[in-house]
Amino acid sequence: MACNSSTCNSSGCYKEYEEKDQNNSKTRVAVKGSSGRQNLCVKCKSSEPVCCGIGGEDSKFCKDCFKNNLYGKFKQAVTYNAMITPPDKVLVAFSGGPSSRVLLQFVHEMQYRAQKNYDASKDKSLPVFGVGVAFIDESSIHSFASQQTEKAIEDIRSIVSNLAPPLKELFVVPIESIFSPDGIDCKERLQKLLDALGDVTGKEDLLIHLRLLCLQKIASENGYTRVVLGTCTSRIACYVISATVKGQGYSLSADIQYVDSRWEIPVVLPLRDCPAQELNTLCSLDGLKIVEMLNCPCSGINGLVSSFVKVLQEENLSRECTIVRTAGKLTPFHFNRIPEIHDSNVPSATRRHHRRHGLKSNGSLSSESFCAICNSPLKNSNSPSRLKNESPQTSDLFVAACSSCQFQILPKDPSLMEQFVSLLPRAMVARAKHGDRGNVSSVREQIQDFLLSDDDDEV
Amino acid sequence: MEADTKHKKPGTRLCCACNQRRAALKRPKTLEQICRECFYAVFEEEIHQVILENKLFKPGERIAIGASGGKDSTVLAYVLSELNRRHNYGLDLFLLSVDEGITGYRDDSLETVKRNELQYGLPLKIVSYKDLYGWTMDEIVKMIGLKNNCTFCGVFRRQALDRGAALLKVDKVATGHNADDIAETVLLNILRGDIARLSRCTSIITGEDGPIPRCKPFKYTYEKEIVMYAYFKKLDYFSTECIYSPNAYRGFAREFIKDLERIRPRAILDIIKSGEDFRIATSTKMPEQGTCERCGYISSQKWCKACVLLEGLNRGLPKLGIGRNQGLNSDAKEDIKKDGRTKSIESKQCGSLEF
Repeated sequence: MACNSSTCNSSGCYKEYEEKDQNNSKTRVAVKGSSGRQNLCVKCKSSEPVCCGIGGEDSKFCKDCFKNNLYGKFKQAVTYNAMITPPDKVLVAFSGGPSSRVLLQFVHEMQYRAQKNYDASKDKSLPVFGVGVAFIDESSIHSFASQQTEKAIEDIRSIVSNLAPPLKELFVVPIESIFSPDGIDCKERLQKLLDALGDVTGKEDLLIHLRLLCLQKIASENGYTRVVLGTCTSRIACYVISATVKGQGYSLSADIQYVDSRWEIPVVLPLRDCPAQELNTLCSLDGLKIVEMLNCPCSGINGLVSSFVKVLQEENLSRECTIVRTAGKLTPFHFNRIPEIHDSNVPSATRRHHRRHGLKSNGSLSSESFCAICNSPLKNSNSPSRLKNESPQTSDLFVAACSSCQFQILPKDPSLMEQFVSLLPRAMVARAKHGDRGNVSSVREQIQDFLLSDDDDEV
Repeated sequence: MEADTKHKKPGTRLCCACNQRRAALKRPKTLEQICRECFYAVFEEEIHQVILENKLFKPGERIAIGASGGKDSTVLAYVLSELNRRHNYGLDLFLLSVDEGITGYRDDSLETVKRNELQYGLPLKIVSYKDLYGWTMDEIVKMIGLKNNCTFCGVFRRQALDRGAALLKVDKVATGHNADDIAETVLLNILRGDIARLSRCTSIITGEDGPIPRCKPFKYTYEKEIVMYAYFKKLDYFSTECIYSPNAYRGFAREFIKDLERIRPRAILDIIKSGEDFRIATSTKMPEQGTCERCGYISSQKWCKACVLLEGLNRGLPKLGIGRNQGLNSDAKEDIKKDGRTKSIESKQCGSLEF
C-alpha cells in the first residue's frame, strides 16, 4: 500500500514528487514579491495584472488585455450571429446599470471604428450602422423624489452625448406610454393594472414584459431594425433557474439565445458570454459612469433565485457559466436567428454575408402559438379547454396565456377577467386574439421559395 | 339559524372537502384547510390516480419496495399495501432493504424495516455492501473522506437494489422518491451541466430496458405531506439524516427548495413540469448501452461505475472514477497535476505511477 519508508529509493516513489511539489511552492512564494514570471498578465505576459477574470488565479489580466478580452467576447457574439450589419439601425436599451453601460460603450466603439473605416474607404460600399439609445423611465411606479429622477436622466443625457461622434439619438420614454400615444390616464391605468396582481413575482415579471413592449414600440416607430439588450451571463443564469421554478421549461430556450426574432424588431444579446463580475470590473477600471438609483432589488421568486445563484457563485466561480452552458444545450426555436433578408434594397454584400453565415431559413413551418402576456411559445398541451360561461374575449386571453402567466399574472377570480383585459396594453390583447398566427416573418419564410427576387446569384 | 346546524365556536374552520368535520391541518401542497380523514383520503387517492394514469403496475406482478426504514419508504409500503387491497391491484409486494454498513445509522433503521415487515405483513430481504462488494460505507469513508462518499454509496446502492430484486425474482422495484427529491435532482442536473441526466430524471418509470424497471409512485407527492401522513397515522419510521451526508452538494438545492416552498408551494411541481418540458434533442437522451466486462451489469462504458469505484478502493486509488478524468489510465496523471494534495499520493503503491 502506501510507502511508509523514509529512505525509499525506488524510482517511482511518491516522496520524490512531494519534494518537487514543495520546491515549486517555495519558488512561487519568492516570486510574488518581485515581478517574476509568475506575477504577470496571463495574456500579454508583459504588464502587471490589475484584475481577475472569473477564472480566478488563472485569469489575471492587465487593464488592456482585460478590456480586449471582454470586447472580444462582445465582438464575436455580434459577428457570429450577424447581429449588427451595415444597413441596421440598432436601439440600445439602457437601464443605467453596469451591463448596459458597457454595452453602450462597446456598441459605440464598434460604430466608431466602422465610421473610421468608412471615411477611409474609397468605394463606400458598406455604410455605417446607426445607433440610438432608449431609457425606460419607471419612476411613476416607484416613489422616488422627482429631483432624483431628473438628475438620473440628466446623467444619462450627458453619457450619451459624450459618446459622439457618431451622434446617437436618446429616447427617454415613461413606461406608461405603452398604453396610449396621448398619455391620458396612463399612470393610473398602469397603477390599476399592477394593483390587480396579487403575486409579487407576477408584478415584477409583468413589468419586464411591459418594458420590452415599450422598447419594441420605440424601435418600430423610429425605424430601428434591432433592439440590443445588455443581458449578461449572470442574468441569464438567474433566468434559467427562475424560469424552471415557474414551470416555463418548454419556452426557456427561446429567451436565452443570442437572437430572438419573435418580436417585430428582433432582439439581440451581445453580452451573453460576459459575466456580471467582469462587466463591473470594467466599469471601475475605465471609470464608466453608472446610474444605479433606478434599479430596485427584486423580491419574491426572482429575489430568492438571485440570492441562490449568488451563494452558488461563492462556492464555485464558474457556476453561472455552467448553468448557461447547460441551458444552451436545450433546443432553441426557429425564431432564434436573424430572419433572412429578402429586401432587394439591401446591398448584395450584406446578403452574401448572411448566406455565408448559414442564416438562411430552413423553410420550417411555424406552428407555434405564443402567450399573450409574455410572448413565450406555448406547448400544445398547455392550453386548457375554454372556460365555460365566459365571453369569447376573456376566455381567449386565458387560453392564450402560458401556465405561468395564468397563475401569477391573470386574476384568480374569473369575474375580474374582463376588467383586467381592459387594462392591458393593446399589443397583448391583440396577441390573444390572433393566437395561432405566429409572427409575420415566419409566415414569410414559408412562402419564401415562391417569391421572385431580382437577385440572380441565389442558387 | 336552522334547527339541525351544529353549534360552532366563532372562528372554527371546517374542512373544505367534507364541510362537516373541523379542519385539523393545512395541506402543504395547496394550503387548503382539511380534516384528517379527508387528508388521508385525498393523499391516497392522488397516489392511486398517479398509479393508474401512468400505468405503473400490472395485475399479478411481483413488486419490491425499496425500504430504508425512513419516512418515504415506510409510507410507500403502507400506502401501496393499502391501495393494493382497496383497489385490487393484484400485486405481490415485498420489502427490499440495503445495508450499507453505517454504524449508528443504518443498523438502527434496519430495525425499523424489520418491524415494518411484521406490521405490514410484507416479506423482507436485506442485501449488504459487505456481502456484495466486500466494503462497508464506514470502511469506504475511512479511506476516502467525506467529500465524494455519496457518489460511492449511490452507485453501490443502485446495483445492490438490482441484485436484491433479482434474488427476489420481482418484476419491478418501487422507490419512495418524492416530488421534492425529483425537483432537487432537476436543479442539480442544471447546476452540474448534466443534460443527459436532465432529460431522464423526471421519468416516472426508468430502466425499462435494463435488468429491473423502477417506478416512483410518489413523483407528485410533497415530502411535507408524507411526513404529515406518517405523523397522523402514527407510522413507525426512522428519522435521522445519514451521518455522512452534511457535505453533499444536494444540500444547496434542498435549502433553496425549502425557501421556495414557503413563498410558492406549487413551485415544486412547476420544477418537475419544467423538467418534463425541457427541449432536449432525443439523440442526447440515451447513452449507448452495453454490459460491464467485469461483472456483466448494465453499463454505458467498458466497466460499470461500481466496478470502477471498487477497483479504486481495492487498489488504494480513491479518486478513480471521481471527477472529470474518469478513465482507468488517466487517474495517475490527474493526481500528479494536483499540488499539495499529498493525501491521494500517499496511498499509491510505489512503482504504480504511470507517465
